[in-house]
Amino acid sequence: MLGIGIIQGLVETARNFFGSYTSKQRLTTVQFPDERLIQPEAARVFPFLVYDTDDWEKGLRCVACKICEVECPPQCISITKSADKKPDYSGIYSGKPQFYPEKFDIDVSVCMSCQICVEVCPFEAIKMDNAFELSTDDRFGGLMWDKQRLAMPNSHYQAIHPTDAAESDAALAEKKAKAEAKPAAAAAAAPAKPAPEKAGAATER
Amino acid sequence: MSPETANLEEIVAQVPPARGVVEPLPPVNAEGEQLLEISMGPHHPSTHGVFRMNVVLEGEQVVRLKPVFGYLHRNHEKIAENAAYLAAIPYTDRLDYLCSMTNNWGYALAVEKLAGIGVPERAEYIRVIVAELTRLQNHASLIGFLMQDMGMSGTPLMYAFREREKILDLFESLSGARMMCNYMRFGGVRVDTSAEWLRQVRELNGEFPRFLDEFESLLAGNEILMGRAQGVGVLSPELAVSSGASGPMLRASGVNYDVRKVDGYGVYDRFSFRVPLGDHGDVYDRYMMRVLEMRESVKILEQAVRDIPAGPIMDPKARLRGLRPKAGEAYGRIESPKGELGFYLISDGTGNPYRYRVRPPSLINLTVLEDMCLGRGVADVVVILGSVDIVLGEVDR
Ligand code: SF4
Ligand code: SF4
Repeated sequence: MLGIGIIQGLVETARNFFGSYTSKQRLTTVQFPDERLIQPEAARVFPFLVYDTDDWEKGLRCVACKICEVECPPQCISITKSADKKPDYSGIYSGKPQFYPEKFDIDVSVCMSCQICVEVCPFEAIKMDNAFELSTDDRFGGLMWDKQRLAMPNSHYQAIHPTDAAESDAALAEKKAKAEAKPAAAAAAAPAKPAPEKAGAATER
Repeated sequence: MSPETANLEEIVAQVPPARGVVEPLPPVNAEGEQLLEISMGPHHPSTHGVFRMNVVLEGEQVVRLKPVFGYLHRNHEKIAENAAYLAAIPYTDRLDYLCSMTNNWGYALAVEKLAGIGVPERAEYIRVIVAELTRLQNHASLIGFLMQDMGMSGTPLMYAFREREKILDLFESLSGARMMCNYMRFGGVRVDTSAEWLRQVRELNGEFPRFLDEFESLLAGNEILMGRAQGVGVLSPELAVSSGASGPMLRASGVNYDVRKVDGYGVYDRFSFRVPLGDHGDVYDRYMMRVLEMRESVKILEQAVRDIPAGPIMDPKARLRGLRPKAGEAYGRIESPKGELGFYLISDGTGNPYRYRVRPPSLINLTVLEDMCLGRGVADVVVILGSVDIVLGEVDR
């Protein structure tokens, strides 16, 4: 009979409609912004610059090597390297003074959240943030983020991406231990210093 | 659907010679009467983006149809030619933005061929898993869109999107992004899957047939669907082959050609799955093709999740930055949900490709649109276009 198929379909629709009162699986709408989904750990939106210690300017890990500027696909990073060097506040360059970015701007209206800057940075200095409610009514200045706006403490990174942060901290600690072991090995006397506490925090993935 | 239909060689032998360049005709009929020309699009809801068709009508019937592309042109190929090999991966996400994983794979495959990079076993399995998940969500949403084009309001689309959401959640927890995954790298994949993630895939895969059954009882036997789809937009196997159509559209016309079987790229030769084929090449067959392919994808996923070995996910020789393949050329192709997606690269030994070319399945499948629409009403044009499965990001690049 003509129409059987349609009725059959409507039965399925009705089952879903009434089912949505009982089955959580059928009721998928989340009432944003009152309800929010938990973002997965891997979520990425825009990059930020990591700093250690509690001074954002002195503790920036970035050494203005410009690798990310070159590799960024839409070329939205713009860096000016400093003329002088700043002391190693973050403690990851074995005390050697480093260059620092005099200017580090990211045009977030151009950034495509691809994470390539994070992958290519050899110094664990740039990471992805997961904050997404970032609209602004200032379309020029408000979308060009300078290094102050971009700077975030390492604790923030540990909070939003615990697994990755543990890996990154472990890698830095290992690097540091190696750097410290080198003069020690040359002297062939003092035993290598034990890796700092953080290394133990690395978790299996 | 009969499993055994004519194979490719037999059909190629029957392909008629090319028609050559056809001059545009004035919009008048044989008696010299003025015909009605309408411009559908570029902002027509049925065009799935910005796409325009100049349709010439005689009464209700389509006598001519000229597709107009290019509204979404972003210079993708030239951008990639001016960027490092790595920098093109996030751009490939934006080609067919429903299937970023398979786009990544196609490009990674071409570069791996060009530079002679191997891929570890585990990475190959992960690629198969994410590609088949992509196929599931693409086909599910395509059917939803197609039903909406037929005027069945939004119910099938909502059901399809409910399932798609679960797959996108998996992509997000793996790669950090729902649609612009940017997940594959030359020589492997970017991050490893956890055991928990694989468990979620297995769970989703176990539930998926239930959704397909629900879809089927919602739609199969539906008189509106059959009336609007059966016998509409017939594409003959000869025309399908000679126009270069690929993917579900080619197979709906009964041509047994699936790059997963033909090339066996990745580890596809290890899985047992069948290639569904159509009999009539009409819109209904193209719809059925998607349903059946989803069932096959579920089978592949089951095997891939079961057999995935432990091991590294990146080739130790692969480097992220400063890739400089020696001069040469390579063509990598995969079976994306929409058809054969190919990337052609020429290297001149520098850090960026000398030539970068995408073979987009949507664009090539669209070239037979006029042949399918001739003699049908305007409302059928919408349905036929919907059954081709286009994404304008890929058509225009
Ligand atoms: S963020 Fe990293 S890659 Fe970019 S300039 Fe600073 S140190 Fe170099
Ligand atoms: S996330 Fe991508 S686009 Fe954004 S700054 Fe980093 S490399 Fe550039």
